[in-house]
Amino acid sequence: MAGDAEVRAENAARTSYGRLLALLATRTHDLAAAEDALADAFERALTRWPVDGTPDDPDAWLLTVARNRQRDRWKSAAERRSLPFDEAAHDAAAPGESPDRRLELLLVCAHPAVAGASVPLMLNTVLGFTAEQIGAALLVPTATMAARLTRAKKRIERERIPFAVPEVDALAGRLGPVLEAVYGSYSIEWPTPPRERHALLLGLAGTIAESAPTVAEAHGLAALMYLSSARLPARVDEDGRYIPLPLQDPRRWDRDLIAAGHRHLRVAHALGTVGRFQLEAAIGAVHCARRPGEAPDWANLRRLYDALVALAPTRGAAVARAAVIAETDGARAGLEALDLLDGVERLQPAWAVRASLLDRLGEPAADAAYAKAISITTDSAEREYLARRARGTGR
Amino acid sequence: MHYALLINNAEPDEGDIAAEAFLQMQRAMADYTAALQAAGVLIGAEILEPQAQTVTVTRRDGDLTIQDGPFADTREALAGVFLLDVPDQDAALAWAEKHPATQYAVIEVRKVAAACDEGIWNAED
Repeated sequence: MAGDAEVRAENAARTSYGRLLALLATRTHDLAAAEDALADAFERALTRWPVDGTPDDPDAWLLTVARNRQRDRWKSAAERRSLPFDEAAHDAAAPGESPDRRLELLLVCAHPAVAGASVPLMLNTVLGFTAEQIGAALLVPTATMAARLTRAKKRIERERIPFAVPEVDALAGRLGPVLEAVYGSYSIEWPTPPRERHALLLGLAGTIAESAPTVAEAHGLAALMYLSSARLPARVDEDGRYIPLPLQDPRRWDRDLIAAGHRHLRVAHALGTVGRFQLEAAIGAVHCARRPGEAPDWANLRRLYDALVALAPTRGAAVARAAVIAETDGARAGLEALDLLDGVERLQPAWAVRASLLDRLGEPAADAAYAKAISITTDSAEREYLARRARGTGR
Repeated sequence: MHYALLINNAEPDEGDIAAEAFLQMQRAMADYTAALQAAGVLIGAEILEPQAQTVTVTRRDGDLTIQDGPFADTREALAGVFLLDVPDQDAALAWAEKHPATQYAVIEVRKVAAACDEGIWNAED
């Protein structure tokens, strides 16, 4: 496992990378050329710094070298094409005063023109992960990922997608699809452990929140993801058996991730705008506040789920709300809430909840519901859990 | 009920897939097939060699014809078959959604009409 200092050093390097690339690409829209220039600058640093010593402001040094490299290329390109070279448009910022343009870069990556590649593009340009690293985490062959990234960058250049931050009140709206895309990537279920993917995406969510500190949902998403990842180690017990969230052992949750989640949730709360991710994070925080052996605060969860489905009526949230209603108002009420939902016929959680509620009521229909739930459950641990419950009905 | 998951994708060229990505996909496939096996739904899982090595055999025009090359010379082609024994299409789709190959391929979920079970041919209804 990497030491703390190592992690900090890597984070600092990634922060620098995204900041510098954003500055280099802002005027030109040419991410690929900016990456080349930055790669040249890093290469030069590797040979110069050991000889000359590390500069006082390493980022400014890298920026100047990369800008000169960009300029050389434009000049030769301009000569080739006999086009006038606009020196002013490519003027370098004075070293030491490099503004953070990562938000502009994030918004470019979230532009509808490159929608399908948003998350890989953000991981690649803002955090500096390679196509190979991203491909490995998202289970895409390196060549496919590299081609996807190249196509998206060409598109950004061709369509001159603007590197600009909208007015404050429009920012949250523009950032919405970015957050959705990151969460979409985070919450995909694979048959393999998601740790590697989670690590990359937690870093991205943190960077987005840092780049858009006034957008409550950016913090809401970071909080939600940190709190979900915190509980991952307790999802199965020592024998690999699946444990439902209300029965997990809180001592096996990751305290550091919970603390990071709480920090983001407090910031989101202080900004005074409620949003979907913030509510989901608050639900996560209620679960994480449970002490060993205690039941979750169902009444509080009920209020949060009511607010969540009123604000963002997703099927998953509606099913989870029905499960909470079963705790606050009884299994029959939970079942009635479940019956009211449309489009949950193929949804695994809907069948798992239905089976457990029918089981609790002693209804014979529980057997068929368990069988259906088991047939559409692909996770081995959860499947075995449902099978144990089904056998327990004793019918 | 038997369902076939037919994997269709563009064939990668030599060196298109980095060794690490290849290993990653192999691990994902191993985990996925282990989950299928644990669930008791796996009949068979095969990934095919590139279609350049294919030979076609037919007698449909009268005489026996044996030819090198695939049936349809397309950029995207059948590259693998997973056979599952599941209660219904919902279950087949639930497994298809989790198939690692969805990352680079299109998976066709198709119900089996007739099959040979334990050496005995029988048409499913």
